[in-house]
Amino acid sequence: MRSDGSQSAPPGLKIAAACGLLFLHLPILLIFVYAFTTEEKSFVWPPPGLTTQWFAVTWNRPDVWEALSLSVRVAAISTAIALVLGTLCAAAVSRTKFFGRETISLLVILPIALPGIITGIALRSAFSLADIPFSFWTIVLGHATFCVVVVYNNAVARFRRTSGSMIEASMDLGADGFQTFRHVVLPNIATALLAGGMLAFALSFDEVIVTTFTAGQQQTVPIWMLEELIRPRQRPVTNVVAMVVVLMTLLPILFAYYLTRDGDQIAGSGK
Amino acid sequence: MTIAALNNPAPAILPGSGGMRGALSDLFWRRPRLLLFLMLAPPVLWLGVVYIGSLFALLAQSFFSIDEFSGLINHEFTLKTYGDLFQAANLDIILRTVTMAALVTLASAIIAFPIAYYAARYARGRWKALFYLGVMLPLWSSYLVKIYAWKLILAKEGILTWLLAKLHLLWVLDGWLSLPVVGGNSLSVSATGTFIAFVYVWLPFMILPVQAALERVPGNLVEASSDLGASPGQTFRNVLFPLALPGIVAGSIFTFSLTLGDYIIPQIIGTSRLFIGQAVYSQQGTAGNIPLAAAFTVVPIVIMGFYLWGAKRMGAFDAL
Repeated sequence: MRSDGSQSAPPGLKIAAACGLLFLHLPILLIFVYAFTTEEKSFVWPPPGLTTQWFAVTWNRPDVWEALSLSVRVAAISTAIALVLGTLCAAAVSRTKFFGRETISLLVILPIALPGIITGIALRSAFSLADIPFSFWTIVLGHATFCVVVVYNNAVARFRRTSGSMIEASMDLGADGFQTFRHVVLPNIATALLAGGMLAFALSFDEVIVTTFTAGQQQTVPIWMLEELIRPRQRPVTNVVAMVVVLMTLLPILFAYYLTRDGDQIAGSGK
Repeated sequence: MTIAALNNPAPAILPGSGGMRGALSDLFWRRPRLLLFLMLAPPVLWLGVVYIGSLFALLAQSFFSIDEFSGLINHEFTLKTYGDLFQAANLDIILRTVTMAALVTLASAIIAFPIAYYAARYARGRWKALFYLGVMLPLWSSYLVKIYAWKLILAKEGILTWLLAKLHLLWVLDGWLSLPVVGGNSLSVSATGTFIAFVYVWLPFMILPVQAALERVPGNLVEASSDLGASPGQTFRNVLFPLALPGIVAGSIFTFSLTLGDYIIPQIIGTSRLFIGQAVYSQQGTAGNIPLAAAFTVVPIVIMGFYLWGAKRMGAFDAL
């Protein structure tokens, strides 16, 4: 008898898997309920009443807008840098074999493999040794460093599936290197790069540990949230911001999944 | 394709470009090493100089020491700072963190296995995609929001207490909280709370590699095992578990390493007893003792070094 996957799972397994998925999702859904609660001072459940007034209050808070704008700018520039560096690195590693190739892969993965606190404190001590004051650019520097890896992973996976004979064919037909890149390579890797860029954006937008070490007085959204978690000022506003942050990170992830779902290696399967 | 595009098809052979661009393209064709060098230079310079440079700057500082009276950093080579790691208080921090990391890894593996196994063996088509997104979305959801969600759940007036009260099980919670070490005033300020939050936040990192390992187990192996008379328990122990082990080890690299380095979860949900990450943070911040902070960061690096070495020997990297 061959197994075609037609038989159904044992009930115990079904229940355990369902409970596991519920465990993963219920806490996030809870955030959505709390964004509407009328309770201001505590985390009381069930909410005594529901209201949408906190959305208006949050809308009129300049500090939230400043944090949001800083986060978006940092994420956009870090993503752009990571796209260039990650693609270059992936192209070099996948099209040629050279001495130290494994070391390059390790180098790219290291910033995300080591705990964020090590990356953060290393950058901070380097800034202080070099007398670089904290600024917008020190945040970008840290973010771009660990964003390279997600672009790199996506691009490498796509290069692996793109056959080298297409590039040779293009050259045979008289295209020069730049034309081949523009008309053959780029269309092939475009969706992988877009997916990698989305993930890099989400990663940067959400990053807090490295940012605490590389930001001076400026607040990105996660730093703002962390501040609220440690020293709560207005809990309902935090609830609303938390909900908005969840929605803002989900959209790029869903889109990145949609772009790469046909591939054997799917974007974001390693953060 | 539109009519216009059919009437004016793109030329099959592009006109060669002359001038600078053509010359550059020819140069790259003749000297592929030059192109390779130019492609590698920016990322290697960035990561090598900015990142590795910073890491070495940090490691170098762990060999300095702090003058206990003036609070100034003494820039002379010494192993004294590493010696300070072995003070009882610091050893305590290291031991607590490693124990927590091990427990979190174990719990994640237990919760992850059924999800990964179901997704790998039984879920098909639409369900498979749903399972995949079901793991991916929590993985990528904001880290702080996830911690915040658990702060809401575990709070004294929160949903968990409410649920247990409805089920008339509050005495279980009170009994647990009155225990030493794991207990506390409420779950959100107890070691148990820290543990739950850690498991929750790192769980997806365990599910994905375990699922990848289980995808590679042919279904008929499991059937052969039961045809030969093994009970489901025996099949799990002798067939599934050994084959899934590389995936579990690969996942444990993430759960273990991430727990070792985290300082935000125990700060927000937990007791005042420190973890390695918090020790690093407070040493470099308020205490201004950069050498000791640097020496503390070496601890997870060394532990992870041994861990990765062991994992590699078990073939865990093929499951990543």
